Amino acid sequence: MTSVQELADHRRAILARRDPRQVWISLCAGTGCLACGCKAVGEAFEQALTDRGLPIDKVLKKTGCPGFCEQGPLIVIYPAGTMYVKLKPKDAERIVEQTVVGGEVVTDLLYADASGKRYERIGEVPFYAKQRRNVSRLCGIVGPTSLQDYIAEGGYEAAAKALTTMSPEETVAEITKSGLRGRGGGGFVTGRKWKTCRDAHGEPKYVICNADEGDPGAFMDRALLEANPHSVVEGMVIGSYAVGAHEGFVYVRNEYPLALEMIITATEQARRAGLLGDDIFGTGHRFDIRINRGGGAFVCGESTALMASIEGKVGEPRAKYVHTVEVGLYGKPTTLNNVETWANVPLVIDKGADWFASMGTESSKGTKIFSLVGHVNNTGLIEVPMGITLRDIIFDIGGGGRGGKRVKAVQTGGPSGGALMAIADDSGGNGKTGLLDLPVDFDSLSEAGSMMGSGGMIVMDEDTCMVDVARYFINFLKEESCGKCSPCREGIRNMLAILEGICEGRGRPGDVELLEEMSDTIIDTSLCALGGTAPNPVLSTIRYFRSEYDAHINQRKCPAGVCTALIQFSIDAERCTGCAACTKVCPQSCISGEQKQPHSIDPKKCIKCHACFDVCRYDAVVKA
Amino acid sequence: MSANVDRLIAEHEGGEGGLVGLLQDVQLAEGYLPREALELIAKRLDVPISQLYGLATFYRSFTLQPRGRHTVTCCMGTACHVRGAAQVVRSLERKLGIRAGDTTKDLEFTLETVNCVGCCAVAPVVIIDGEYHANVTAARTDSLVRKYSRQGGGAR
Repeated sequence: MTSVQELADHRRAILARRDPRQVWISLCAGTGCLACGCKAVGEAFEQALTDRGLPIDKVLKKTGCPGFCEQGPLIVIYPAGTMYVKLKPKDAERIVEQTVVGGEVVTDLLYADASGKRYERIGEVPFYAKQRRNVSRLCGIVGPTSLQDYIAEGGYEAAAKALTTMSPEETVAEITKSGLRGRGGGGFVTGRKWKTCRDAHGEPKYVICNADEGDPGAFMDRALLEANPHSVVEGMVIGSYAVGAHEGFVYVRNEYPLALEMIITATEQARRAGLLGDDIFGTGHRFDIRINRGGGAFVCGESTALMASIEGKVGEPRAKYVHTVEVGLYGKPTTLNNVETWANVPLVIDKGADWFASMGTESSKGTKIFSLVGHVNNTGLIEVPMGITLRDIIFDIGGGGRGGKRVKAVQTGGPSGGALMAIADDSGGNGKTGLLDLPVDFDSLSEAGSMMGSGGMIVMDEDTCMVDVARYFINFLKEESCGKCSPCREGIRNMLAILEGICEGRGRPGDVELLEEMSDTIIDTSLCALGGTAPNPVLSTIRYFRSEYDAHINQRKCPAGVCTALIQFSIDAERCTGCAACTKVCPQSCISGEQKQPHSIDPKKCIKCHACFDVCRYDAVVKA
Repeated sequence: MSANVDRLIAEHEGGEGGLVGLLQDVQLAEGYLPREALELIAKRLDVPISQLYGLATFYRSFTLQPRGRHTVTCCMGTACHVRGAAQVVRSLERKLGIRAGDTTKDLEFTLETVNCVGCCAVAPVVIIDGEYHANVTAARTDSLVRKYSRQGGGAR
């Protein structure tokens, strides 16, 4: 694009070629739906459309994730917005015949809530009703490999606006005024970061998109890159102009092959269209983006480690006495933001800082994407205004605990976040009240002993052992500690040994106090945020679920029935129908019994593999 | 091997950094990072082999050992963990007769774990040769492995 006029003309031409009444299918082809089998469903649609002589390129579009992964494979038929869920290949023909051709709704493929009520349009589904989709509004609408789609929706107009009508200083000021804070975990004010980088001495300057989304349980960045990569490219173009950079990097996790493919395609398209290059919009602004792949190291999500990795070094963090906005990549001023932050930038420029600041709370503006996962009925990606309560998220959007079970905790902020208690009556008598009505924003979460992190929200029900969860996180961090600082390297290892002891029934009185003492030391003496926050899961589980630690240590019992050393499997004779499903899956052949008679497990041979527990349809296998 | 690696090195030359990406490409082409490949890269790009070895052992996605024909990857992310990933891994370990991180003797299967692949909403997730499988249970691992194993292959 050599001018703003050319972009506008191009958009007009695309829209003129399109018929707004054209019925078309949006098939989610994100990684989540791929896992659920959307590839075969897509092929079935192609076949069904071909059979009827309908043009595949006009009627079927493979898009990114609209968020409701639990219901995948799913499609939405536009312009009506009819959503069909949990599709099988055989459903394709019916849908094409009845909905695409006939304009009728196939009722039995619509989403049904727990009460059996069915919803026709995507916007009516309770999962979407309380959401406010801004950053993710085009996910599931635009084809991720179609620059035309993005331009048709007004894409790159924010970049054009910034580059041609605003000075770099004005651009920085607009971002600052919006109150946008980094979505990657730290929550630093984006505009302030940009200003410091702009004012810093040293050339060249760099911008980096951190797509090393390492927090397990968080996948909003993957979904954004897979569904709408051009929004990230556009954000980076604006950012480069604002801080005065000519080179940018996107650092993508190696575990996200599809996201990687999409961002590579998007940058190539943008380059061909002149949206990246030497003279963007004829303004003389020069900017291009290179893609780097990660190597599966969690610590590389930390900014200095990430920069070391781009430089071809081992990804170890360094002390940030001087911030990376002043001395960053190759020792030059560098602005690093994560995927979601970059994707917010075009919106702020396009709609204005005031619009953005009208959403959210006093100190946390705008909307935030969360991945709502774990033991909740409706799992997926949600975008909500900052300040919404956990109750709204878990019960109104998430539909409550899976299978009607009691929700016990919510974990936010990644491995080094914390387990938040969610139900008031679960305090084990320690007087701590539940946090269901906690507003979800940067500061409220910090006060509650957790942190926002990048937006992973893992719901845990009564079947989750909090000591095991703490052990899991500490084990994760032991693996991922880069080993540079002794308190982190050795401290975490020893905390893990204590936690494993507790889980295996070797806990001793005083262990909890020792864990607390070690936590303080690790927090105070580690260099980077990994070590500095590593003990959080232990501290917060002790804070809210001390009684579970005590049960493991004093009674040698795991109340949730998770820690294998402390549980026994048996069969409830009253519930067992003698269907023998469990005997077929038992790898030890240690379940016996007559056909149609109650079975029993030989505890001496049982290896506690859970296979029988998983297959029993009568809840007759019990853990105690 | 060397023709492949030669070509990959040539593609990377000129660009500063990006060593991690080069090693990814070599691993993709060769299945692992053979010593000869690392030596060639060191020579051609004039970087110490110790730096390459450092990278190859620091980053989780690299391996210095040959891998099996099929790679079974279990996601161990938090969402997968709370929905039973540990039992899935244990069950796969039993079926393949190896521990996570190892390769079967007949070089049929490599079993590995990964911290999170971002399919948290449909956890637990197992990836076999790049194909994603959702909502896996310990009981289902049997049929999964069977689908990929040859007659009398690595799986029991």
